[in-house]
Order: sequence, then C-alpha cells, then structure tokens
Amino acid sequence: MPEIRVTPLGAGQDVGRSCILVSIGGKNVMLDCGMHMGFNDDVDDELEIKAYYAGHVLGAAMFQIKVGSESVVYTGDYNMTPDRHLGAAWIDKCRPNLLITESTYATTIRDSKRCRERDFLKKVHEAVERGGKVLIPVFALGRAQELCILLETFWERMNLKAPIYFSTGLTEKANHYYKLFITWTNQKIRKTFVQRNMFEFKHIKAFDRAFADNPGPMVVFATPGMLHAGQSLQIFRKWAGNEKNMVIMPGYCVQGTVGHKILSGQRKLEMEGRQVLEVKMQVEYMSFSAHADAKGIMQLVGQAEPESVLLVHGEAKKMEFLKQKIEQEFRVSCYMPANGETVTLPTSPSIPVGISLGLLKREMAQGLLPDAKKPRLLHGTLIMKDSNFRLVSSEQALKELGLAEHQLRFTCRVHLHDPRKEQETAMRVYSHLKSVLKEHCVQHLPDGSVTVESILIQAAAHSEDPGTKVLLVSWTYQDEELGSHLTSLLKKGLPQAAS
Amino acid sequence: MKLYCLSGHPTLPCNVLKFKSTTIMLDCGLDMTSTLNFLPLPLVQSPRLSNLPGWSLKDGNAFLDKTELIDLSTVDVILISNYHCMMALPYITEHTGFTGTVYATEPTVQIGRLLMEELVNFIERVPKAQSASLWKNKDIQRLLPSPLKDAVEVSTWRRCYTMQEVNSALSKIQLVGYSQKIELFGAVQVTPLSSGYALGSSNWIIQSHYEKVSYVSGSSLLTTHPQPMDQASLKNSDVLVLTGLTQIPTANPDGMVGEFCSNLALTVRNGGNVLVPCYPSGVIYDLLECLYQYIDSAGLSNIPFYFISPVANSSLEFSQIFAEWLCHNKQTKVYLPEPPFPHAELIQTNKLKHYPSLHGDFSSDFRQPCVVFTGHPSLRFGDVVHFMELWGKSSLNTVIFTEPDFSYLEALAPYQPLAMKCIYCPIDTRLNFIQVSKLLKEVQPLHVVCPEQYTQPPPAQSHRMDLMIDCQPPAMSYRRAEVLALPFKRRYEKIEIMPELADSLVPMEIKPGISLATVSAVLHTKDNKHVLQPPPRPTQPTGGKKRKRASDDIPDCKVLKPLLSGSIPVEQFVQALEKHGFSDIKVEDTAKGHIVLLQEAETLIQIEEDSTHIICDNDEMLRVRLRDLVLKFLQKF
Repeated sequence: MPEIRVTPLGAGQDVGRSCILVSIGGKNVMLDCGMHMGFNDDVDDELEIKAYYAGHVLGAAMFQIKVGSESVVYTGDYNMTPDRHLGAAWIDKCRPNLLITESTYATTIRDSKRCRERDFLKKVHEAVERGGKVLIPVFALGRAQELCILLETFWERMNLKAPIYFSTGLTEKANHYYKLFITWTNQKIRKTFVQRNMFEFKHIKAFDRAFADNPGPMVVFATPGMLHAGQSLQIFRKWAGNEKNMVIMPGYCVQGTVGHKILSGQRKLEMEGRQVLEVKMQVEYMSFSAHADAKGIMQLVGQAEPESVLLVHGEAKKMEFLKQKIEQEFRVSCYMPANGETVTLPTSPSIPVGISLGLLKREMAQGLLPDAKKPRLLHGTLIMKDSNFRLVSSEQALKELGLAEHQLRFTCRVHLHDPRKEQETAMRVYSHLKSVLKEHCVQHLPDGSVTVESILIQAAAHSEDPGTKVLLVSWTYQDEELGSHLTSLLKKGLPQAAS
Repeated sequence: MKLYCLSGHPTLPCNVLKFKSTTIMLDCGLDMTSTLNFLPLPLVQSPRLSNLPGWSLKDGNAFLDKTELIDLSTVDVILISNYHCMMALPYITEHTGFTGTVYATEPTVQIGRLLMEELVNFIERVPKAQSASLWKNKDIQRLLPSPLKDAVEVSTWRRCYTMQEVNSALSKIQLVGYSQKIELFGAVQVTPLSSGYALGSSNWIIQSHYEKVSYVSGSSLLTTHPQPMDQASLKNSDVLVLTGLTQIPTANPDGMVGEFCSNLALTVRNGGNVLVPCYPSGVIYDLLECLYQYIDSAGLSNIPFYFISPVANSSLEFSQIFAEWLCHNKQTKVYLPEPPFPHAELIQTNKLKHYPSLHGDFSSDFRQPCVVFTGHPSLRFGDVVHFMELWGKSSLNTVIFTEPDFSYLEALAPYQPLAMKCIYCPIDTRLNFIQVSKLLKEVQPLHVVCPEQYTQPPPAQSHRMDLMIDCQPPAMSYRRAEVLALPFKRRYEKIEIMPELADSLVPMEIKPGISLATVSAVLHTKDNKHVLQPPPRPTQPTGGKKRKRASDDIPDCKVLKPLLSGSIPVEQFVQALEKHGFSDIKVEDTAKGHIVLLQEAETLIQIEEDSTHIICDNDEMLRVRLRDLVLKFLQKF
C-alpha cells in the first residue's frame, strides 16, 4: 500500500529548531532548506519541488514536494497578511495529500496591524517628545526593516528632528540586501523603487557607540533582539537608569535573557561582577511577529484544499484546539505528532497509462450519443512492457503482438412446431422478435434469414418431421449473451398468429 | 498540429501553434525596419531635413507583420521569449478581440515596458502637425520610390500605440519563472527555459505527455550577463522551432567589443565625441562593463559618459535587482552584498551620468569630448537624431553602430554627406550556425522547423554554404503567411486508472517481459483529464412485484466479451472432452483443420487455425460446457 510518512525531528509540538523528515513515493526529503520562489525544480526524474512566496522574511518560501501524483506542501514560517515591506503568502489550489503547516499562533487572532503600528508610533513619539531615548533591540533581518520603514515615514510626515540610528554591522548590510532583492518585497515597494527605494532611509543614520552619550532624544535600533549580548545590551545598560527613556521589545525573548527578564517585570538585574542594574526606563512589548495567526492558517488550508493537515511548530495545547477547528471546518484529518513520532498516511495514487488516441476518440464520440447518460464501458487491453503501460483496443493489442484473432462461433438448433413453409416460419420469427426486442435492430434479409444485431437466424425444414421446422441460431462468442438469450426466447415458441 | 507563420522576419518572429485544442502564439515582434524608408523625426525643426527633396513624412507607423491567416481572437495564450519579441503586444491584446493570457518572465515584462515606454515617448514628443496617410492609397503608392512602392499591405500599417495601451497590454501578462510548469486547460503544459540571450529571455517547451515541441528563439551560448542557456531540457523534442539566430553570422561579438573600445578611445583622445545609437537595455550593460574595465588603462577616466533615454535611470536600476536571472558570477555578487553590474560604481563616481532627454539638466552638464549612448538605433527618431545633426559635420567625431537590427548604411542615408567617422561594430550574441549545428547534435530533435532564410546562404554571400542550417532530416522551412503541418501524429493520450480498478485487473504474461490485462471500465473526462473507474456493480433484481418483460433481462451495461486468440490442438482437445465425460468422439480431417463429432449429443465442432464453430442442439448446459473447454485453450484480449 503506498503511503506518505512524516516524522518531525525538531518541530513537533515545539517552537524552536525545525527539521522534518518526509517519505513520499520512495523518496526521503528533509525539510528546511532554501530555494527560489515560483520555480519547479526537477531534483531527479521523479521528485519535483515547487516554491511559493511565504512572506515571513525576505526570501521565505513554502514548498510543494511532488512524486508522481502524490504531494506534500510544507509551509515553513509564513504570513498571510502583507506588511510594509513583504507581500502575503499565497498558494494555489494544489490539493496536496498532506499540508504541513506551522502553528506558532495556533489560537491567536491578532488585532489589526494598523492598531499595533499606531500604538508603537505613539509610544516612540511620546518618549521622544519628553526628551527620552528609545532603544529598539532587533534582529538584523525582517522586523528591523519593517520598523525602519514605519519610523521613516512617520518622521517624514510629522517633520520630526530627533535622530534615528541603526547599529552598525549586520543591519546596515541587511538593508543593502533588501535593495538588491527588491523583487521579493511587496508590490508597492517594487513598483516605486526606481523613484524611491524604500530601503534608502533619509532619517536613519549609522550608529556610533559614542552617540549613546549624546544629550537629547534619539531612537536607536540595535542588535541583538533579546538583549543578551552586544551593542543592544551595552546601550541598555547606559540608558536603563533614566525613567524618561524607553526600550521596546518587538519580538519573542528566550528565557534567561535580559529581554525576557525585563518583560516579566524584573526591575533589578544582576549583571556580571555582582553589579546590580536598576531598570527605571519604560519597558514596552510590541508583537510584530510575521507568523500566520489562526485565521491565516485556516485561510491557507482553505486555499490549498489538502486531503489532510499536519501541524508543527507550536505548543501542544494550542495545537489541539486548532486541530479540532480544522477537522470540523474542512472535514479533513489533522495530525500533530511529537518529536520522533511518525505519522503514516496511506495514499491511493491512480496509475497513469497511455491510451491510444483511436480508442479514446472512439469512446468519447460515443459519449456524445443521446443515450450517453447510461454508464458506458470502455473495453481495451492494457499492454505492460517494462514500466511502459499502454491501453489499446483489443484489436490493436492482437495486431501489435502479431497474433491472429480466433473466432469462436456457436450455432444452436431450435425446433419449432410449425407446419408452414420455412419462409413463413422465418416471417413469424421476424415479427415476433421485432415486437419483443424493441431496443435491438431486427432485420429480415432478402434471402429469408433474420438478423438480430449480428446474430443470424435461419429456418430449415426438419429432415424427418414435416410438421417441425429447425431454426439455426448462430452467433459469435462476443455476442454470447444476446445469442443465448435469443435461443431461450425462441424455445418458448412463437405466439399463435391471429387467425 | 499546425504552425501558422505570421512574420517573415527571422529575428522578430510571430508564429501560432495549434496543438491539442489550444492555440498558442509564440512571440509577437514588431518589425521596424520599414522606418528606414522615411526621414528622421528631428527634435528641432531642421532646415536641412525639411528642404530635402522627396517625401518628407514619417510617423510612428509601426509595421505589424501579420496577415489574415488566423483570427487572433481565438489565440488562447501568448508566450514571450524576450523583450524585443513583445513589441507588437499592444496591437494584439488591444485591437483583435484577444481575451487570453500572456506569459513572460518578470525581467522580460519590466524591460519590455521600458522599451515600449521609450518608443512611445520618442514618437509622442515630436507631434506632427498632420500625419500623412494619403500615400497609402494604392494609386499614389504606385508612384512612390522603390521600397515603399513594393511594400505589401501598407493599409495595415498602424500608428504607434499609446502608453495607455501599453499598460493595458502588460496587465494581461502573467509572470513565470524558469522551469515553472504551466498547465493550459489540462491539455498542454508550457515551460520557459533560460535562453542565455538577455535578462529573463526564454525558450519555451510546449508539451503533452506524449509530444514535445521546443520553441527556441533568441538564444546565446556566450557568457555575457544573463543566466546561461538551458540546453539539456530541449532534448527529446519531436519538433524544434528555431528562430532568432544572429543577424551578423560573420562577426565575432568579442572582436566587435574590442573594436568598439579602441575606436572609442581613439576618437576621444583626439578630442572628438562618440555617439553610440542603442536600445536602453541589453548589450549596453555589457558595453558599460567593458568600459568600466577599460577606461582607466586607456586613460579615459576624465571623459564623461552620458546615457540619454526617457528610461535610462529605470533601465540601470532594474538591471541590479534581477539577480536570480543573471549569470553565476553576477549572482554571487549580490550575496556579498554588492550590485551585480559595475555601472553602479560608474554612476557613483560620476563617470556615467544618465538623463531622460537632452533637454533640462543635460544641456547644463554637457561637456565635450564625451561619449553618448542614446536611441533609437534606426536613427529615425529619439535624441540620437539631434546628435547626428550636431556632430555629423566634424571628422573628429565618430558614430559607432553596435545594434544589429538596422542596416547602418541605410540608417545613415538621410544624413549624408557626413564628415563624422562611422564605425560598424555589430554585437549580436545570438546563436551562429556553428553553434546551432552543435546544439542540434546535442539535443537531437526529430524535426527542425525554421524560417526559410536559415536554409540557404545569405543572398550577399551565396557561396558561404556554412552560413545555413545543416541538419538531418533537413529542416522544414517556412515563410511569411504560410501554414505548416508539423510532421508528427499524436497517437497516445494520458489516462489515469483509479486504484480500485487497477487492483481488479488480472495481468498475464503473453511473451517474456510483456504482460496483458483486459480492461473494462467507465471513462470519465473532465477538464481534458481522463480517468478510468471500475464498472458499476450489477444491481440485484428487486423482488417480483412488476411482471418482468423479456427485454428487461438485457443488462444496460453489458460486459463485453474479450477477443480470443490462439489455436486449439485437436488431440488435447479430444482428451479434454473425454475427461469431461463425452464419449463416442469422432475426428475427421478437413482441408483446413478438423471436425470433431460428438455423435451421442448430435454435436459438431469445426476446428480451424483461427476459428472454432460449435454446432449443437438448443441445450444451453451442453453449449456452455463445450465453450469453457474451448476457452481453456485460447487467450483472451
């Protein structure tokens, strides 16, 4: 029995490293690697991979893996709502056997993006207005660009003068990447990039560590995003003591990091060398995560129309809720294996063969006849040679194999009591059959014989009994049913002719 | 399968392929060589040009090379191979009732848009007080000088399209990536492949499960900026349609680039200016890259390079963002991250400046001696007309022709007498005949179809038998307005056998390695996809409420009996009869076989090589017993 097997090695009911093993059509595929969008890649003769735009970060993609008629779609991280620099994830109605989707936000339905953006700008604006310094710890890619575009346009609109800095190193380079990969961003940026490249920021300048001590308000984007080391932590230590200042955490923080501590309300931090850092600055959290929420996940399932769904990346409890929702709404089975647990899906792929055009056309032409409503049977011979399967008409199969047809014919003698002449007997047979077999072509030939379709009936005199006539009913093996039906019909005798 | 050939221009093809109920247009190039028959459109009124004797008329009469061969509203899809081959698109999508989809890669669309925008801009900014069309009247046309007199169907020559029509046409394009498989109505699959000629340029594969047509148009095997040509995917083609070969088969592009650089340097060193009439995209990227490497060593660092086109800025910017469509070398650059083309640095260091036209900033920045890249290469419209007028009188200056689309002598004709030097360095990176024969040997198509120009040496070099396609079997050639029946017959179609039906099949081995199974199934066809399902189970007769009529016994969906094959060995057959209780068996030999008589049962069985005839009384039991015995010796099909 053909099947698809899926084993998560690092993403089953778990947020973190992702690694999923899929076996499909005799091929093993390890999921999570990079490739181009909108491309088919024939990896070998049988395995085919297609990438779709995922909108999570620049270059993020979802993959369709196809072997023969079986297919699996793996979403990786994706985002169903376009943001300021990326487009929304999209997939066609590809009807895979299995859709493996991330479910980081399995139960969240996020408030509107506009609200969160307004909130963010309001907070930054207030802090800057009162002369405070704002620190935004970010990772180099993705959210940083999103927030930069947001602040850049806001500064432009409000005509603000407070400087915005970008910590040197990675992020600056990242902006450069964005400029060269404009084709991966959203429609609006792509359309206008010649006039104005969104990633060439007018108000945002490179940061120098000496700037941190400058008086007056400023906004600084610094890496890393969880305040666990590096420049963002250095700036944080400098600014934490002043209640006018603010730190905005735009993403998720791992336990144990400074970012996680301050987000959980800790205000006295033990730094290295037994130093205690008192946090007086305002601490804010804003979710700008680019994962699909519950609504987005349901939307993608609806778009792709899979036969079954498998959830990875998420917390077991929340996944359970989403699983039920998917099963209810789409009437498909949904799985959520733990790490190391294997899900096996039996599949029943149909078998592609080549049908001779002559046979197909003959069949299709008959399908156009008035009684086409009745189920019609196509008859043919499947020739299997190595892995080449061809369906041809039986006549062609015989011809191709150099064989002659063997004709099997039956002739049955039916005795009838009828003293009349043979011709008259034949005439009576004809009119009887004509009235009984309305759906068949019954003919009376000039030589006196009667045909029903291709079955031949002749009347002959009996050699011994002149009161008896012998009907010779003759048919081929292919018409056996009708032939045998006719003989039993004739055996019952003919109705008495009206005298 | 038929090919309708709507263009006679081998590098600006327009063919329509009818294949399995789909109608596919392959490219729609716009042949603008007819503009050479007209006088240039100057930006400022030139006393010299307007005083020239003869017919002073020219507008954007673009010549769409098509005929009434086929109703263009029936075209389902248009496949575009490169941006030069889509210039007639607005004429087709906007004026023929076309309702289909156009497929092209993203760079093709973006750069194609720039080329159209430039053309529209060039034509629209020199509005003519009146446009001449009276000459199209046959009686007047007859009196015109030679090329116009002989031109066919001038009444179908059209005015240049507008930007509005361009936008509308481009909105009908669906973007595709190399190797992407696109299903057309479930019947045909089309796939673009890299052709190595220009940014996003493609060859196309049009295939069903059993037939494959390759459309090769404008391909290059040279290493310039685009992604290399994908040759392997062209293998196993039934038909390969070959268009868009080099227009200058005798010129080596590398040599031409060298000549270009040295002539440019020579002129500038002597204090002269260099004019390069060109398109705003394509070879200009390669020329700028060569100059980038060359100018310092040639001591030209202080010479300004000007690129003047309404789309100059866009063209330079767009070239940098199509990394995945570039050659490997350039692709790796963007991961550093660095711009793939060095013209970014030329712009940064102010060595290369670009302007939308010679009005405005350019006139104040302009310094001589300098190098100017500008269009249009026909020298009939665009800013180039002005520079020809401006620089033509001095022998210090040089015009260098690099684009191969127009005859440079004809292009220059209305400017004669000229003092400026004219250098002809045509750079055409498309396939030459040596490369074609190598390619054909490599991919081995069953049949090659090409424009007739490729099947004979060029008229001017009739002795050069090497300047034509040489393949076996000889290429089928087409000319404009011809319809070719492509030389293959479809014989098979894909059908899917449902798993339940497949399970019920009983294969038997007929010959070593060949198995047969008879199939009786229900055919379902939807969206051009065929599926075989198991036959419905016979419905059980329900009770005896209604009096059965005789005809009710005949099944609606009768199971057809298979064909039989084989022959019956008489001795073994007789043994089998005896084993099954028949006695009193007599065998007679006849001319063609035997007659087996079962005297007791009054039954006669005629056995011949390819037939068996059972003649018996009306005893169904007996007949069926005999039948089964016979069938044991035969194979079913």
